[in-house]
Amino acid sequence: MSGTGTQAPFGPLGVMRSWLQSGRAAGSRRRGIGSIWAWLIFIAGGLYFILPLVGTYLFSTRPRPDPFLAYRQVLADDGFLGGLLYSFVAGLVTIFISLLIIVPTAYWVRLRLPRARPIVEFVTLMPFVVPPIVLAFGLIRIYGGGSPIIVLAATDLGLNILLVAAYVILSFPYMYRAVDTGLAAIDVRTLTEAAQSMGSGWGRILLQVIFPNLRTALLSGAFLTLAIVIGEYTIAQVLARTQAFGPYLSLLGRSSQPFQPAAVSLISFGLTWIAMVAIALLGRGSRQRVQVAGAR
Amino acid sequence: MGFLELSGVEKRFGDVVAVESFNLSAERGEFVSFLGPSGCGKTTTLRMIAGFEHPTAGSIIIDGKDITRQPPNRRNVGMVFQAYALFPNMTVAGNIGFGMRIRRRPANEIKKRVGELLELIGLPGRGERYPWQLSGGQQQRVALARALAIEPQVLLLDEPLSALDAKIRVSLRQQIRAIQRQLGITTVYVTHDQEEALSLSDRVVVMSEGRIEQIGTPAEIYNFPATRFVASFVGTLNLLTAQVVDARAGRLSVHGQEIQAAKPIDDGHGGVSIALRPESIELGENGGSNRLRGPLEDVSFLGSIVRMRVGLGNGTAVSLDTFNDPHLALPAVGETVTVSFPREACLVLASASAPAPAEDALAV
Amino acid sequence: MTELTATRERGVPSARPAPRRFGWAWLGLVPFFLFATAFMFLPVAFLVVGSLHDGTGALTLANYADLSTGVIPGAFMNSIEISLVTAIAGGIFGLLLAWSVVLGGLPRVLRAALMTFSGVASNFAGVPLAIAFIFTLGLNGFVTVWLRDFGIQIYPGFRLTTKLGLELVYLYFQFPLMILIIAPALEGLRREWREAAENMGASSAQYWRHVALPILLPSILGTMILLFGNSFGAQATAYQLTGGTLNIVTLVISSQIRGDVLHNPGLGYAVAMGMVGIMALSIFFYSILQRRSERWLKA
Repeated sequence: MSGTGTQAPFGPLGVMRSWLQSGRAAGSRRRGIGSIWAWLIFIAGGLYFILPLVGTYLFSTRPRPDPFLAYRQVLADDGFLGGLLYSFVAGLVTIFISLLIIVPTAYWVRLRLPRARPIVEFVTLMPFVVPPIVLAFGLIRIYGGGSPIIVLAATDLGLNILLVAAYVILSFPYMYRAVDTGLAAIDVRTLTEAAQSMGSGWGRILLQVIFPNLRTALLSGAFLTLAIVIGEYTIAQVLARTQAFGPYLSLLGRSSQPFQPAAVSLISFGLTWIAMVAIALLGRGSRQRVQVAGAR
Repeated sequence: MGFLELSGVEKRFGDVVAVESFNLSAERGEFVSFLGPSGCGKTTTLRMIAGFEHPTAGSIIIDGKDITRQPPNRRNVGMVFQAYALFPNMTVAGNIGFGMRIRRRPANEIKKRVGELLELIGLPGRGERYPWQLSGGQQQRVALARALAIEPQVLLLDEPLSALDAKIRVSLRQQIRAIQRQLGITTVYVTHDQEEALSLSDRVVVMSEGRIEQIGTPAEIYNFPATRFVASFVGTLNLLTAQVVDARAGRLSVHGQEIQAAKPIDDGHGGVSIALRPESIELGENGGSNRLRGPLEDVSFLGSIVRMRVGLGNGTAVSLDTFNDPHLALPAVGETVTVSFPREACLVLASASAPAPAEDALAV
Repeated sequence: MTELTATRERGVPSARPAPRRFGWAWLGLVPFFLFATAFMFLPVAFLVVGSLHDGTGALTLANYADLSTGVIPGAFMNSIEISLVTAIAGGIFGLLLAWSVVLGGLPRVLRAALMTFSGVASNFAGVPLAIAFIFTLGLNGFVTVWLRDFGIQIYPGFRLTTKLGLELVYLYFQFPLMILIIAPALEGLRREWREAAENMGASSAQYWRHVALPILLPSILGTMILLFGNSFGAQATAYQLTGGTLNIVTLVISSQIRGDVLHNPGLGYAVAMGMVGIMALSIFFYSILQRRSERWLKA
């Protein structure tokens, strides 16, 4: 295409032609116009993602005369509130224990035992190798009736402990990654030495120097863990925790209730959205990779 | 009509004018540098020649053919990037031969040419290495070979040495120039390092804030800077303000001391900027008809050069450079000394550029 | 000098790694390893041990041999098939979607929207997702009815409770996972590579074929493997969608937990170990490919 002088190709035809060509032509990343292929792909993807949500919303608001009847019923349902509360508390306890274990460990690895890093990372990756169903399988057997160690599965308290323990394990990959990235960003060694030169002991260093600087990382990991715990079904079901949110939702979904499942599904989606937005806001400015939880 | 011709080239990003009214005519085989600080538009202009930016106005012509609207992959100009931009998934040979593979040259032709280029850049037999196995300097040489492999009409280099160690920079730039001479390729070289530009180029284009300040040979740029900006950017120099005493006679007054410019002064009101190269000033009275007196404030030993600073009152001073001579008897700090320089060394600058900075003896 | 000794005496550990005496420093990791052992390694070890014993308590490999009997091979085949399909389809279209917002020239806001949505969607898996799809593509789902209005009857030929249905649902979290991981890789493609390729005369297609895709390949393949593992291990979604009727490995295991449907506890454990084996292989290959891609893209 030899040059035709200095005039840009005017007219809709020219605009269309250059628009079509921008998919083929080299390099041009016109702002705001985008190649036609990009738009087609995005719209196709968008439809696939939006339709289920739309469908669910339409179903949830079918009741007449009050379209939001289903939502009202859900919010008034003891099962819903109870399930949400139970899982929320379980999530908080999980986060607390997970932080208690992970932060000192990550700190220790970074500062005193870099050689242990591959081993620790391997351990934190195990939850990917051992899917929740298998983990639950193992837990219920080894701590169930006739257990060689201790029978936890007989009592409610024991099962609750197992549940939280399992969730802590599940949270390891994300927590460790978040904390490790956070530690990397704040140059732990120098901070520790500065604290030590002023006479700080271990506990003080961790509490007053490390934790505060890790706040963003910790909160990100916490929100993700919370999202995972609240939505979790598999382990809760195996451990007969029907009072958890996941099993509640599952039961509701298989009941003959026509509209409530749709409503709860959307509420669940909304809650996840809030958690993700919180993580995104926290992560702004820091170069953390987005955390993904994967399938369940 | 030159081999590479830029006429009225302009680039706007919205309201911001990145390049304004750029005119250049480069001969075949000429080595031209674009020299200037960051943001002066030199890289933008280079990218317009390569085709990665479209000029908002103006035309670019290579060997008589208007390439202004051509996409970059049709232009046959070779570009060397600041960050090397070697393809990490290909070997050195793969990188160099890439352009020819695209053009579907036969395999044995590609192999031969790659071998020749590897010899040319001094890396024979390294064809099977990967970029990450090479040092920075080696990678840049491969990038150069890659650009040359397609036998481009024009070679473009975008600050190719700025990512390298100082030591390698000097030897590599000489290599680049030698290769360029050998191949006779028209070359545009963008840099912010004035030493690079002056030592390598046939001509230098000094740019500032999107505009061309001056085009000329290195000697012209250095010895006869057209504007205050060029004078302060290229080489070291003294920048002083002087009052005009007699415009037609070219008489000026520097803090009460009268000196004489070589020519009558155009802008005959009030104060003007004058530039004095430190090496054109001599200690004593034998350096020329202009004299300045003042206390010797400082003597710096810079190796082959000794730099002295003479105060002129009111906090200003003038620096002079003289070759180091073991037998030279230097005056003591605090002593009043006289320095002299010829009329021609006194450059009265067009005050077209930025408003006068605070007076400083040595604006480097 | 005295200050240093004073500090040491107060029992504050130095910030440097301890000298190579016996690794007392490892004690600091005890809580972590203890917890992991108690609640992860021990359960898995129990499964391993269990899989190597038969009903009488004798050591045996028969359970692993029995993996080829009954419903089990079919379950593994189905799981592998579903995981392959969703990994490949999820990988390809996820890549395209990521490309569209990162490099395709779409407005910036769409990219932020897609990334945030992907974060949400990848966590939306499980029960709520299944419910949402039932309401969309189920017998009386919103899209099913809508298509019926156009005269297109997808039932009974299509059923949501089949492999195909499950695959469609799984894609809802496979796409986002791919997008989230591959988008940074796409951004890692340096602008200069593209410009250098164009400078050499390459068209857009040639640039992708010779430069961009080869550079991205480890990342793409690695993430697809991750997608495979992700799909293989999914249970909640499948259970909710099919009521446990589809013959896939995770549902076999959950049935086995509920009641010994295989009539052989050891076999159940062997199935679980088979699953762990496949997941371990996936993670292993994923980390190899990930290391390779990091070398090129973070250089």
